[in-house]
Order: sequence, then C-alpha cells, then structure tokens
Amino acid sequence: MTQGTLAPGATRAHQRFVWSHLIEPYLYLTPALVLIALVMLIPLVVGVSYSFQSIMLLKPGQAEWVALDNYLALWSDTKFWISLENTLVWTFGSLFFQFTLGLGLALLLNTSFPLKRLFQAIVFLPWAVPTFLTALTWAWLFNPLIGPLPHWLAAVGVLPEPFNILGDPDLAIWGPIAANIWFGVPFFAITLLAALQSIPSELYEAAEIDGATAWQSFTKITLPFLAPMIAITVMLRTIWIANFADLIFIMTGGGPANSTQILSTYIFTTAFKKLDFGYASALAVALLFLLFLYAVVLLALRRRFVRL
Amino acid sequence: MAIARRNPLLTLGKYAAILFYLCFALFPLYWLLKIAITPDQLIFTEGTALWPSDATLGNFTKVIWQTDFLRFFRNSLIVSLASAAITTVIAAGAGYAFSRFRFRGQKLIIALMLLTQMFPLLMIIAPIYKIVAALGLLNSLSSLVLVYAAFNVPFATFLMQSFFDGIPKDLEDAAMMDGCTRFQALRKVILPLTLPGLGATLGFVFTAAWSEVLFALMLIRSEDSMTFPVGMLTFVSKFSVDWGQMMAAGVLALIPSCLFFIFIQRYLVQGLTSGAVKG
Repeated sequence: MTQGTLAPGATRAHQRFVWSHLIEPYLYLTPALVLIALVMLIPLVVGVSYSFQSIMLLKPGQAEWVALDNYLALWSDTKFWISLENTLVWTFGSLFFQFTLGLGLALLLNTSFPLKRLFQAIVFLPWAVPTFLTALTWAWLFNPLIGPLPHWLAAVGVLPEPFNILGDPDLAIWGPIAANIWFGVPFFAITLLAALQSIPSELYEAAEIDGATAWQSFTKITLPFLAPMIAITVMLRTIWIANFADLIFIMTGGGPANSTQILSTYIFTTAFKKLDFGYASALAVALLFLLFLYAVVLLALRRRFVRL
Repeated sequence: MAIARRNPLLTLGKYAAILFYLCFALFPLYWLLKIAITPDQLIFTEGTALWPSDATLGNFTKVIWQTDFLRFFRNSLIVSLASAAITTVIAAGAGYAFSRFRFRGQKLIIALMLLTQMFPLLMIIAPIYKIVAALGLLNSLSSLVLVYAAFNVPFATFLMQSFFDGIPKDLEDAAMMDGCTRFQALRKVILPLTLPGLGATLGFVFTAAWSEVLFALMLIRSEDSMTFPVGMLTFVSKFSVDWGQMMAAGVLALIPSCLFFIFIQRYLVQGLTSGAVKG
C-alpha cells in the first residue's frame, strides 16, 4: 500500500477506504469469481441461448436460430408432461419420507443414550456414500436374484411374487425413491439437529414445571422454533431433489416405458444420448422456470404463515 | 429426556427407533459387502440368504488385478484430490474476503453464488461440453477438475467463511500492528488456526468430486481417462453378471469416501448449517 507522504488526512482516509472497500477484498475474491463466471455463469447464459437454437451434434450442419420451435415442440411432447408428473411424485415422495425420518432421527439424537457418538457416525454414513454407488446398491437390493427386498416384500404381501419392481412401470419409481430416502435422511437430520440444539433448554424446563406433557412441549416449543428452519430446508431440498438425476439415471435410465423419467433425467438423456443440445436446453429452462415459480409461491406462503 | 426416564414404554420405543435407524443405514452397505465376499458358485443358491456359508476375497483380487479398476481408481483419485486442493485454496481466499471485509458488490456476489447452488446444473451440461470440445479437452482429466472446482467453490466459500468467522479479528489486527501485511497475517496467524476448516472443506469437495457421475459421463468417453463412477457403470452394463466383482468394486469405491467421512463427520452439524445447504 503506497500513499503520498504529503497527502492530507482526508485524502489518505479516502485512499484507505477505497483500498479496503474496493480493491483489497477483490484480490482475495477474484480467483473464485473468475472460475464461477467461466464455468457456471457464462455457460448458463449460453445454455439459455441454446434453447432458441437447433443444435444436434449427430446431424451435420451449422446450428441455426429457430426462435421458439424447441418450446413449441416441448408443449406438444407427451414425454415432457409424463416427466413433469413423475418429477412431482419423485420429489414429494422422496421429500416426505426424508423429512419425517430425518426429523425423527434429529429428535432422537437430541436426547442422550449410550454410544451416541458412534450411533451418529453410523446413521450419517449413507450421506457420504457416492451417489452412483447408492444407486447401484439399491438396484441390486431390488434384484430378486441377489437382493432380499423382493422376497421380503412378497413375504409381507406387498408383492404377489418376488419380482424386480424396477421393471414394473407402476412401481418402478419407488425404487429410486427408496434409494433417495436412504441417502437423504442424514441431511435432514443434520440440519434439524443443529436447529434443535439452538432451542434454549430453559423453555423445556419451564414447560415441565408448568406440567406440560412431552407432546405439548413438542408442539408448543419444538415445532414453532424449528418452523423457519424447516421452511427454508424443505424449499432448498425440494429444488435439489427435483434437479437430482443421478439415482434414477443409473437405476432405471428413465424406464420402463418412461415411467421413471423425470425432467432432469430427460434433460440428461436428451443431451447425453441424443446429443440434441437445443431441445435439452429448452427442457432445462422449463425446469428452471418451474422451480423458480415454486420458490416464489413457497416464499409467499411462508411470509403469510410463519411468523418470525 | 426426563419424560423418557419415567415411562418405560417410551424408553423401549426409543431403543426400537435407534435399532431401526441403525439397520436402515447399515443394511444396504452390509449387503454390498456380503455379496462381495460370497464365492461365485454360491451367489445364485445363497444370493438372498442373510449370511453366506463361505467367504472369499477372490472378488477383490480379481477386480484389482484383472480389470481396469485400478486405473479408474487412480484417475478418480487424481481428479478428486486436484479439485479438492484447487477449490480449497480459492474458497479460502473468497471466504476470507466475506468474513473480514464489508465491500461494494458484496451482496450481489453472495446472491450470484447462491444462484449457482439453485439452478439445475444439467442446464450447463451442453454448453460445457461444447466449450470443452472446442478447447480440445474432451477425455482429459483436467477439464473435469476445472468443472468440479467451479461447482464446489460457492459452497466451500460459505463453509470457509464460517470457519474464519470463528476466529477473532483481533489476532490479525495485532499481527498487522506489529508490521505484517494483511496477507502475511493471514498466512502466518490465521490459516494455521483454520486447519480444521481447511481439512473439512477438502473432505467435502473430495467426496463430491469422487461421486460425481453425469458430467464425467458426458466429458469422458475413452476408457483411459474414465473416473471410477464412469468405469463402474461401463463395467456394470458390459458384465452385468459378475455380481461379486461389481460389488467388490463398489466396496473399494466406498473406502476413500468413508475415510474422509470419518474425518469430517465432527464438523457436519457445525459446517452444514453455518453457511449454505448442499447435498
């Protein structure tokens, strides 16, 4: 930092202000900004522009602008509507069980019992398992040749005979959902546990002195305290799950007969297998728009119902 | 809980719940290991039995010496370590800036970083493919490193920021008073104190890069530079009857993630909640 030796105090203060508010922070930030801009933000803009072009790597010829053709094709594409419906089942099916089981686990971890630290490490483990391995493992568990699940399901009467539900159009989506629940419970437990630990214990003590039952302290203290955290976690998680294509792509590839095709796997297979980048980008923009709409609606609801 | 102590039924319920969560978390992994150590000739007769009557490590030795998995493993290790190192250095800088400065454009930059965590990453898979292809970097590990580093920088930045926030500002003020520049103070005083944070960030990025599969599938098509997930999926679609070998490979893929997980799991509750939210 060089400063004129004769500079009056005001100028020097100004220079220091400029240095520490405009220049110095950016010296530390620039690498991150450059990387994010180059690899994420610019491709994002390019991706949106692709959705107005016809870019098929398998067909020779230059890319050309086709205005809204991709979106018009999308509107009359039955596969798109099926995927949209499946996206809803996939997202909310996974979310519901991840959340309830995650909340249960967080409440459990907020009490004390022997070997709790070891227990916590074990139950959080699925979160660290690579997603491709989670997908393969669950695909194998559902395979009647080497997996126990079809036999168990048949034994309790859910299935008439032990067959692979991943091959059944009516049931296939529950395979990846099961894998997603297994993988996602630790995440909810971690986030909710942190929120639980921030509730002052005096509140519970006071409630107990006043004769409140465990259920009353849960509904009157725990839930209201958790509500803001729940709202934000559920919203972020919904978006994340809706975007999450890995499990379905590996377990079923969207089949059988598109019964597990969700929007994000449809985007990926369109880009990866058909190399139709224009249409894949249009699908991606549609998904982004729907997620944005969802976030806006949820935030509006939150403002109305959750008093902070 | 006091209530639980009074009511034996609740205590019983609690231990039942503990048992349920333990089985739920461990069973799929147990099954993976079980099939991996089941000898080939027993797989179809005892495939669904809870415990194999005989065990072997043959599947592991076959996977390691007779297939390409060692190469996939090496590729994945290079990609994950390089992404983790680059991301952590870059995110430490950015996290430090967020933690110690109030500057013009800060809110905008935070908003942009949050945005990158929200939009479908698949949206940029086509542009990235075109850019990487134009640069002649298809099938190269370096393109993956660059992509993974960028994907993880925003989250790692928020994580590092929370670690820097936990270190008193007085420490570097004192060092700067004694004549250090800010960068020297950061390097000599602050960074040594953030070592656990740096380790946790390294671990998060490593595990994320280790398990990424969709961009790896798109950008890597030659067997020589396949990462572990891509190699494994190729193996599964080609030799889908070698159950024992596939699961042995799966168990091997689990090792690095588990090592890092054991290391980072103490920071989980602290780290995940202080900055951002990520799978």
